[in-house]
Amino acid sequence: MKNPAIPRLAVCALIAAAGLRPALADGGSILIKNGTLLTVTKGVIAKGDVLVVDGIIKQVGGDIAAPAGVRIVDATGRFVVPGLIDSHTHVALAGTNEGSEAITPEADVGAVINADDTSILTALSGGVTMVHTMHGSANPIGGPNVVLKMKWGRPSEELVVGEALPTLKFALGENVKQASRTVQPGQTQRYPGTRMGANAIIRREFARARNYMEQWDRYRKAAAGKNPPANLVPPRRDLRLEVLAEVLRGERVARVHSYQATETVEFMELAKEFGFKIQCFEHIWEGYKIADELAAAGIGISVFADSWAYKMEAAEGIAYMAGYCAKRGVLVSINSDSGERIRRLFNDAAKTMKYGGLTEDEALRLVTINLAVQLGVDRIVGSLEVGKQGDIAVFSEHPLSAYTRCDMTVIEGAVYFDRDEIVKAREAAAAKAAAPRAEGGAR
Amino acid sequence: MKRRTVILAALAVIAAPLIAALPEEAHIIAITNARIVPVVGAEIPRGTILVEGGRIAAIGADVAVPAGARVVDATGLRAYPGMIDGYSSLGLVEISAVAATVDNRETGRINPQVRTLEAIRYDSMHIPISRSNGITAAIVAPSGGFVSGVSCLLKLDGWTHREMAVKPAAALHIELPGLRAARGGIAGGRRGALRPSPKGRRSWPSSKACSMPPGLTKSAGTRPPRTAVSPCRATTRRARACCRSSRASFRSWSPSTARRTSGPPRNSSATRTSRPSSTASSRVSRPPASWPRRGSPSSWARSTTCLRSGRTDTTPSSAIPGSWPRPGSRSPLVVERERRQGPPYHAAKAAAFGLDRGEALRAVTINTAEIFGVAGTMGSLEKGKAANIVLADGDILELRTNIAKVFIDGRETDLSNRYTELLEKFKK
Repeated sequence: MKNPAIPRLAVCALIAAAGLRPALADGGSILIKNGTLLTVTKGVIAKGDVLVVDGIIKQVGGDIAAPAGVRIVDATGRFVVPGLIDSHTHVALAGTNEGSEAITPEADVGAVINADDTSILTALSGGVTMVHTMHGSANPIGGPNVVLKMKWGRPSEELVVGEALPTLKFALGENVKQASRTVQPGQTQRYPGTRMGANAIIRREFARARNYMEQWDRYRKAAAGKNPPANLVPPRRDLRLEVLAEVLRGERVARVHSYQATETVEFMELAKEFGFKIQCFEHIWEGYKIADELAAAGIGISVFADSWAYKMEAAEGIAYMAGYCAKRGVLVSINSDSGERIRRLFNDAAKTMKYGGLTEDEALRLVTINLAVQLGVDRIVGSLEVGKQGDIAVFSEHPLSAYTRCDMTVIEGAVYFDRDEIVKAREAAAAKAAAPRAEGGAR
Repeated sequence: MKRRTVILAALAVIAAPLIAALPEEAHIIAITNARIVPVVGAEIPRGTILVEGGRIAAIGADVAVPAGARVVDATGLRAYPGMIDGYSSLGLVEISAVAATVDNRETGRINPQVRTLEAIRYDSMHIPISRSNGITAAIVAPSGGFVSGVSCLLKLDGWTHREMAVKPAAALHIELPGLRAARGGIAGGRRGALRPSPKGRRSWPSSKACSMPPGLTKSAGTRPPRTAVSPCRATTRRARACCRSSRASFRSWSPSTARRTSGPPRNSSATRTSRPSSTASSRVSRPPASWPRRGSPSSWARSTTCLRSGRTDTTPSSAIPGSWPRPGSRSPLVVERERRQGPPYHAAKAAAFGLDRGEALRAVTINTAEIFGVAGTMGSLEKGKAANIVLADGDILELRTNIAKVFIDGRETDLSNRYTELLEKFKK
């Protein structure tokens, strides 16, 4: 089949245009019929419907009559799952690492959201509806992260998920040490250059933050007193330490990039010392060595399925990790950390059935409800339940089959990715380009 | 006389157990009650494979099991031919960020004399991992530059790299310029770079040492010299070259250049700009119609459709029925540097987007064997072929399938690997 050359830009423009259709910003309505419903939390419904009205799931299962004006999608022979969630990515951001200094908790990625990043569309093509997009791992303390819905075509403010737990990115290990970088002539190596330096610098900052909190407490106590002294001056605000103070007060949780067992256990000790909560360790390829400790501490992990051996600290990673830790009671989620893997999170989840012996149900949780729990949004997403938001993905085969593909992705009842439409758009573009120039084509 | 008899008798008594233990019949294995998927030919719902001397002696529904054969009861399991990875860096790369463990990329742009067989780390931790996933042979290929070097075809079992080599020199690898290389002057130097040597048209790498023209050791970014590179004479009459490209610049490579370079490349993995990628992770290629094979212009179209898995394609996936190779055309699957993913998953991914499932299985077995000229010994379960057999508890292309046993040349291999070793160690 000979295809005429289509200007790439034209195709992209068409795809972009398809996304910029006015999908309702405040939530849409849709009825998905006759699919196999994998609710994740309430079992599998062999054949049923899902009704979303104004962005909220109103009914799950059974034969639902379509309300007036609601789009109907026939999912016969297909599988309907809650939209997948990816809790460790760097998509849709115009910057991820303020690497010029080691400690930058004031640098908030929420300030640099890029809603035009085509990775959003890529994520949608893999059934992903929500991501926790983060700082990189250049800094021991990177900064606050943000949770976004993949609403392709909407302005950046509409992507932010306000209900999510505020998080702060920490990192340990080779990336922080800048192990792979050569120091240029005239430059000095950044501190910390070792793992012990990384721990020390984090401890130093938390000690400062604690001191800062004490100063402010003293000031407030004095200011609230009956006769505050006339020369009472508030302490100088430090935006950096305020973010750390939030962590110490429990208003923000830590998400820590780490690989080796030692640095992970040491960070857990540090967290105990200062009394703050670690929500999740990221990557943590040696996590299977300390699975019981992680389970006992109630700390989750966000990991790859089998992408290992790219660095020394990943050299002891094993594909059994996710499944093994899940069986030991750790809250496990699978992440992508890449614009490529985000398209196939469901494939990675399936690998835990082979490596780890998880059931279908358990494997599916690794990319849906577990993430919702880790991000603090399990009240609104993560499963097909009445009352949750209508974030749904429709797959051609069972999502854990190697032969599956995501055909449609719905966020809050509005269709943001429809494979059939994209195919039609391309074919239309090809037909148009094949027309003679006089008729508006490219010939 | 009597003493001699006594001594002989005593010796016989001592030797008897040893003689009985000699594996006279042990190298006959009968895999019974398997659901056999031979890839070439029809599936056998319940049958037996007889292995003798490392080869498949018989295969079918009613094969008699000789006395003394080791019987492997494969009830509930499927028997597949071992998969062949069409492009890997197994044994050349241990930890990709640690340069000391990376041996797949030589400096310089033109390195036809570089042979991956000479750098294989046969004890690589990645080899048992691939093997335990049902891959029994792999092309280990060089990369980088313009002419990267010569790959080898290894079976994933053996004590030394020489033992593992099925084909010490499988193909010459050429990487056609992509976006990065375009700046480096390849465009200007292409024709000169592959001009045949003065010795004649049939000049391909061989076992003899090749002398590199001086000045060819600079990295990409320098102009290649105008004088011809001097690849050595071929050991095989029909040389194979694998071209890899991620752009339609492949198509623009002058056919006249191809004709002058003494023999066409056999496979290609290029993208056509006009065809939207059928999957986000694979690219179907078709050779340009303007590349006639020497002496047989039409045979090109028959033989060369390769699927390559890309890592950075972020265009949305779409299923385009009709854009896949037609049934009958061969499509070996090559996996680029995604050694962990493995061929089966890429094949299945292609099937998700329209490739026939039978063709997907052929793409990781018989097609690859044919492309690299080993279809007589591997790639399918047929009488006379090497006994590279995988017993799996389900569809071998499925992610959740467990591999129960892997036989290479009739020898049952060890399925433990780095993953299982570390898991066992820390389970305690």
